[in-house]
Amino acid sequence: MPKDDLDELIDAVAAALALPLDPAWLPAIKANLETTLKMAQTVEEFPLSDEAEPACVFRA
Amino acid sequence: MPHDLAEVSAATTAALVRCGDLSAAATVEAALLRIESHNPVLNAFTDVTAERARHRALAIDAARARGDALGPLAGVPFGVKNLFDVQGLSTRAGSKINRDHPAATRDQPLIERLEAAGAVLVGTLNMGEYAYDFTGENIHDGPSRNPHDTSRMTGGSSGGSGGAVAGRLVPLALGSDTNGSIRVPSSLCGIFGLKSTYGRLTRARSFPFVASLDHLGPFARTASDLALAYDVMQGPDTDDPVCTERPAEPVSGELHRSADGLRIALATGYFRTGQFPEAQAAMARVATALGVDREIELPEAARARAAAYLISATEGAALHLDRLRGRPDDFDPAVRDRLIAGAMVPSALVVKAHKFRRWYRDRVRELFRDVDIILAPATPCTAPSLGQQFFELDGRRLPVRANLGLYTQPISFIGLPVVAVPIPLSRLPIGVQIIAAPWREDLALRVAYALEQAGVAVAPKPNLGAVDERHAESVGS
Repeated sequence: MPKDDLDELIDAVAAALALPLDPAWLPAIKANLETTLKMAQTVEEFPLSDEAEPACVFRA
Repeated sequence: MPHDLAEVSAATTAALVRCGDLSAAATVEAALLRIESHNPVLNAFTDVTAERARHRALAIDAARARGDALGPLAGVPFGVKNLFDVQGLSTRAGSKINRDHPAATRDQPLIERLEAAGAVLVGTLNMGEYAYDFTGENIHDGPSRNPHDTSRMTGGSSGGSGGAVAGRLVPLALGSDTNGSIRVPSSLCGIFGLKSTYGRLTRARSFPFVASLDHLGPFARTASDLALAYDVMQGPDTDDPVCTERPAEPVSGELHRSADGLRIALATGYFRTGQFPEAQAAMARVATALGVDREIELPEAARARAAAYLISATEGAALHLDRLRGRPDDFDPAVRDRLIAGAMVPSALVVKAHKFRRWYRDRVRELFRDVDIILAPATPCTAPSLGQQFFELDGRRLPVRANLGLYTQPISFIGLPVVAVPIPLSRLPIGVQIIAAPWREDLALRVAYALEQAGVAVAPKPNLGAVDERHAESVGS
């Protein structure tokens, strides 16, 4: 199967983070990443104002 | 009068111990015997702290003999998911890797608080690896098994907690809930579970999964026991940076106030999709018992679930990066591959999910101006078979592991308190979520108690066959 953009992303990020990548793991990693990015897309396309504050928990 | 200690509630056990009709030593020995008998099948406990428990029970009995006042959970045996620190044990969190950690030097604070109230820790409980799980299966320790049908899942990730309480090994257990890991096993095992408001119960000295979503909480077979445990575990703790500074707000004395006067609505829209007939039947029973026909829609619940999924995948990946680098072959491969995928997600998307989280929280808070309680299914179906990979929701074939928490994720995403109540359908039980506004656990527990009093929410007794009969204790007073 030819490499696509997601394969390139996986290779690049794994190299940047020094994560091991066994070729046998790649189909499952890619499938999981596809699902996560689909989830992310539904969040990303929701319109929010520039002033919308994230809900991370931090108290100084 | 003989007592079947397998069936006796935590509250009754403690009352019997306090008045001297039963010794703490007897309750603990009975629990240890049940664990010895049933655990080879249920696989709920991963460590049994028998010596510690016996020592503790003798101390309680000695205190009573001296005339000391005993706590509200005197002599009540309990277990904790194995991500809680227990002095002398490595906190494995369902993993192989963490077994190499040094033993914990101090108990998790909720254990300390339960034991200060007289409860007795008898061991630690099986769970999905690093809590990234809804099935209760574990590749290292084997799956926890559902007491109502041992070929089926307990649900996860607090699977051993669900199995131990439903299987009558202990009347009380603790677990954790990041996206549904208390409510899913409560549903599939047919018991009560409480996920309190985010920040209500301290998480110090427990192994995390997703810090911004992690909660700890209790499982029990009655609403009263759930409230009793919850009451003694509340209170600030500076060792958990998100633990509330609110003083304890005990609820046990409020349960009798019933659901009368509460404005209750059924969650519609997203929460009506994907339901199997058993989830529909359970919702109908609860709605009828409470006389509820009002409906309410949580805005953008599907997107909330997606955002929770995204935050979990990425925060989980960040937590485990070093372990993924150093010991990738020691993970459950399914967990490892999900975590590595989580590390690949651009951070801008995660920030957007946190922004959406606040927007969604504000919209849902507005709903609570008009209602006090929202009802929703806890799981789409009763317990799937162990090893089952897929099920069909509204004609779509979807992975079981990721989708058992379909209805729980949009609720924990914004930290709302929820009681999962068991509805005993004819073959297998299923749970319903009683959801309240932040810090209103009292209302959710009142409704749970009312449903229990009406005979609608009941933790059904499993038929564990000959083993059950052989070891059903009758301890005379």
